[in-house]
Amino acid sequence: MRAPTFWLVASLVGAAFFGLSLLVPNQYYFQAGYVVLQYIVLATAWNILGGYTGYVNFGVAAFFALGAYSSVALYKLAPLPIPVLVLIGGAVSGVVGLGMGYLTLRLRGAFFSIATLAMAVVMQTLITNWDYVGGSRGAYILRPAQVPILGNYIVYLFLVMLILSVIAIGVARSIERSRLGFGFASIRDDEQAAEAAGVPTLRLKLVATTLSGALMGMAGAPLPYYVTYLDPSSGFSLSYAVNSIAMPLIGGMTNWIGPLVGALFLGTIQQLATVTISSALNLLIVGLLLVGFVVVAPNGIVGLVERLIAAARNRR
Amino acid sequence: MAALLEVTDLGKHFGGFTALEAINFSVAAGERVGLIGPNGSGKSTLVNCLCGTLRNESGSVRFDGRAVDGLAAHQRTRLGMARSFQLPKPFASMTLADNIRIPLLYTVNARHGRHLSPAELDERCAELLQLVGLAGKARQRPRELTQVEMRKLELARAMAAEPKLLIADEAMAGLSHSEIDDILALLSTLNERGITVILIEHIMRAVMSFSERLVVLVAGRKIADGLPQEVTRNPEVVKAYIGE
Ligand SMILES: Nc1ncnc2c1ncn2[C@@H]1O[C@H](COP(=O)(O)OP(=O)(O)O)[C@@H](O)[C@H]1O
Ligand SMILES: [Mg+2]
Repeated sequence: MRAPTFWLVASLVGAAFFGLSLLVPNQYYFQAGYVVLQYIVLATAWNILGGYTGYVNFGVAAFFALGAYSSVALYKLAPLPIPVLVLIGGAVSGVVGLGMGYLTLRLRGAFFSIATLAMAVVMQTLITNWDYVGGSRGAYILRPAQVPILGNYIVYLFLVMLILSVIAIGVARSIERSRLGFGFASIRDDEQAAEAAGVPTLRLKLVATTLSGALMGMAGAPLPYYVTYLDPSSGFSLSYAVNSIAMPLIGGMTNWIGPLVGALFLGTIQQLATVTISSALNLLIVGLLLVGFVVVAPNGIVGLVERLIAAARNRR
Repeated sequence: MAALLEVTDLGKHFGGFTALEAINFSVAAGERVGLIGPNGSGKSTLVNCLCGTLRNESGSVRFDGRAVDGLAAHQRTRLGMARSFQLPKPFASMTLADNIRIPLLYTVNARHGRHLSPAELDERCAELLQLVGLAGKARQRPRELTQVEMRKLELARAMAAEPKLLIADEAMAGLSHSEIDDILALLSTLNERGITVILIEHIMRAVMSFSERLVVLVAGRKIADGLPQEVTRNPEVVKAYIGE
């Protein structure tokens, strides 16, 4: 499928999905759906750096929370519409991604990952000590109950996150078979060979950290309006990092479908478990699924399906 | 002939170990130079310093009329240096065709005045694989290749960058007699088209038949540099090889 066609189809699927969801009477589904969509954005964003380029970022929560806290800071300053907050949150986290890239990308493998985790801790400490955004006490956001046309505010947030998902997936897909995507993959496979082939590895890694960080910040920007109360320990929760890494791992990391499938699958299971059992189980579920997938489908659901299709073809 | 490559007093250390010491040599445009020396004498390290994969602590490298000392490896590749790795470093997740596509996208298409269309890219990938005898395997992945085929892929990827200088680091180890002749013929063809070649090789038959000049490294020092027949009669060279 060519890029414009893909964007059209993705938008239509998004619109159809939204149209159908409006038939659902219960507001709870929008709340749960918002979380799943948010993870589609986070997992897709993580995969641009982690899956395409091969750099495992443990600091997801920092980029996500910076997007959220940009919105909190702006809320105190002057109320702005959510789409504007999304753009600003994306810009803030994108710049931080660029900075993190400069500081850490000469590190490889586990050293890079530990550095990103350390950065998340530093960011959390800074926010916890910043009184203007509520410090450790947290911040309350008053959101209107209704918006024009759509009515319920949660439906509006759901729509925003749906559009963000379509954008994130579209970006990830258009990178994949582009010059940039080939450059990312060459870095993942062998950085020295990539340089020898003319790939400006440092610059490309900065593009990946910036893009990945910006998308995570965009996913975080509407969060304060969704939760209405945000404190650092929930904004910087470890589960954002764990989930955003686990979803591409479970879905598949080599193309855009993997994080989407992984987020839908894991996100939905977690939402179901939250209502039926307890949210405390969520991380346990992730752990068990990860172990299971490492054994059964090391290349994720997408890899498993590809293998099955290939096997079926050979049998014929 | 003007020098294409000029190396002056190049030195490289790994911790306390001196891998290269005060290396001086130059290569004229269009020349075929053999670089030989016992295992561990610093040949690959020298290639890495020339191409920017490693940074030399002292000395300087001039290529095509300009100092390249501060430049990253990808910039040197774009200027026209290309090399194969002694231990093949294929892009493991990509098909062979896509392995070749990387230098086309990032070196050939990054130069001024060139832009290969998608169709031209596919065509070039196929041509280059054909050139090294991997035409039937364009859609396979490197893990399906033998060591020998991986060396051929290394060469094809280096040639894809359309270099002025091609450095082949032991590209022939393990190849059969006739395969060696194929690669030598290929390198000679490239050379006739104006590409300068530095051949690093243990197989003396290949080096002697290909090279116009030999440079000999022993323990990180250059001990000889001259016509192949003279160099191989040089007592120091003989001693280094018999002592091995
Ligand atoms: N990255 C490295 N770190 C430490 N020592 C190295 C490194 N690369 C090469 N060496 C050492 O430098 C010497 C020269 O190695 P090399 O250039 O590979 O030799 P050659 O290619 O002539 O066989 C060897 O003693 C080798 O062990
Ligand atoms: Mg060597």
